[in-house]
Amino acid sequence: MPQHFVTPPQWEWYIVWYFFLGGLAGGAYLLGTILHLMGDERDRAVARLAFLIAFPVLAICPILLTLDLGRPLRFWHMLIDSRTFGLNFKYWSPMSVGAWALIIFSAFAFVSFIQNLLGDDRLRLLRGGFGRLFMIVGALSGLFLAGYTGVLLSVSNQPIWSDTWALGGLFLASGLSVAAAALVLLVRLLAPAPSTEAKLSRADRYFVLLELVLLVVFFLSLGAVAQRFLEPRWLVMWALVLAGTLVPLGLRGVGHRGGPAILASCLVLVGGLALRIVVIFSAQM
Amino acid sequence: MARTVGFFTDTTLCIGCKACEVACKEWNQLPGHVGKFGDGYDNTGQLDEQNWRHVQFHERTAAKGGVAWNMMSDVCKHCALASCMEVCPTNAIIRTEFDTVYIQPSVCNGCRDCIAACPYHVIGFDEASGLARKCTFCYDRLQANLTPACAKACPTESIKFGELSTMRGIAGARLNQLRGQGMAEARLYGDKEYGGLHALFLLTDKPEAYGLPNTENAVLPSRNNVRSYLGSLATAVLGAVGAIIAFRGRGDRGDKE
Repeated sequence: MPQHFVTPPQWEWYIVWYFFLGGLAGGAYLLGTILHLMGDERDRAVARLAFLIAFPVLAICPILLTLDLGRPLRFWHMLIDSRTFGLNFKYWSPMSVGAWALIIFSAFAFVSFIQNLLGDDRLRLLRGGFGRLFMIVGALSGLFLAGYTGVLLSVSNQPIWSDTWALGGLFLASGLSVAAAALVLLVRLLAPAPSTEAKLSRADRYFVLLELVLLVVFFLSLGAVAQRFLEPRWLVMWALVLAGTLVPLGLRGVGHRGGPAILASCLVLVGGLALRIVVIFSAQM
Repeated sequence: MARTVGFFTDTTLCIGCKACEVACKEWNQLPGHVGKFGDGYDNTGQLDEQNWRHVQFHERTAAKGGVAWNMMSDVCKHCALASCMEVCPTNAIIRTEFDTVYIQPSVCNGCRDCIAACPYHVIGFDEASGLARKCTFCYDRLQANLTPACAKACPTESIKFGELSTMRGIAGARLNQLRGQGMAEARLYGDKEYGGLHALFLLTDKPEAYGLPNTENAVLPSRNNVRSYLGSLATAVLGAVGAIIAFRGRGDRGDKE
């Protein structure tokens, strides 16, 4: 069993919510892009909705991260060397890479947000081939943001986090699933679009399956370290994670209409949050 | 004047007086925490933002029967390959002209990534200043050509200070001496770990008994970069393909299922 003699970094609720919302925003942008590129005309409204939620959700993230700093006013030290005023970038430090990823994805998410707010025709530059390329690159940066958070935890010497290589993938799969579930809920509440909702539910089944596979890989990679989860409070969290994966998998298998779809989506959201809570807090207690 | 300094802490000479802790706090103006009084002489607890030297007290059953007391004055190791420095996103953590590892208070923004990275639980987060803090190797004293406060105060010379190469020589000779006297359990820690530590320890038990990871477990955070990113990449590809399969064309199939 790996030895750890470490002090926890006290990354707590701000970080939990950042991981959750970052995954949601990155996932929503990707889903919007694929719906826009691969779907039919009836999917356009939901694709638009995806871009319209990606940026506002993402905009909360830097606020959370800044508040988490011991010296919030020095947030810019992440990007710019405060002594030489050159750029700070360390590709081997996920926090450094992530700070840049947040900036880059924010730019894409902001432009797409404005474009969809104004209506597709207003920004001429973003139509046609360039527009598609813009969305694809934006979606890649969104995927990176949703996944690097797990890498950030692993690139440390903390128990659990540094004992696995599956966290990046796990958070990414969960982020995609959470984004699909959030979109299903919003579609229900704001603008019914049954055919698109069916597509989202189908996608969410893939994401949940992927997440379940990664959960197994995560536990296998931890080996004996997983004993840390045996405390009752973590078992409750894992029960929520399972409820947010297994139940939606079953419900979305039977049908997409009515209450079950809403219940499935709510469970995915709760499970996605519980996953981040258990991973972040269990290593630090 | 650039030079490569080091500590050599010989735990066989430590009497647990904590003069090092007091001298460190005096010089570095560290008020410390309220002491914890429990079942033992250790009321410091651990290295953190207020405690840059910590005298550990370990009771163990001696080979010849009875109880032996292993004491060790722990400190930042100023690793040649430093985990904290590796992850620090602001470049607040630098290597000084003395080859020591120093957190610049004017640059640190309190993100605490270094705390997550340090394998020796050395760095602590200081709520008052909002900064990560640890032993500076008495950077100011080194600049004035003075011995660090802890080594200066140590009454038994358990803590030795000097050029790193000199410390290595003294440590090797002491190890041979103790082994020659029949102390088979004596061992040196810090020669190989993290590219060579700038704080060497002569121990009389396994490293893990003193809260030090053994050589096999003394690993850098960056070891996890490639495989973690690859795991994310594979997931991203599978997720995107899943979404493409689910979203392409007309959405009627879902209704018929």
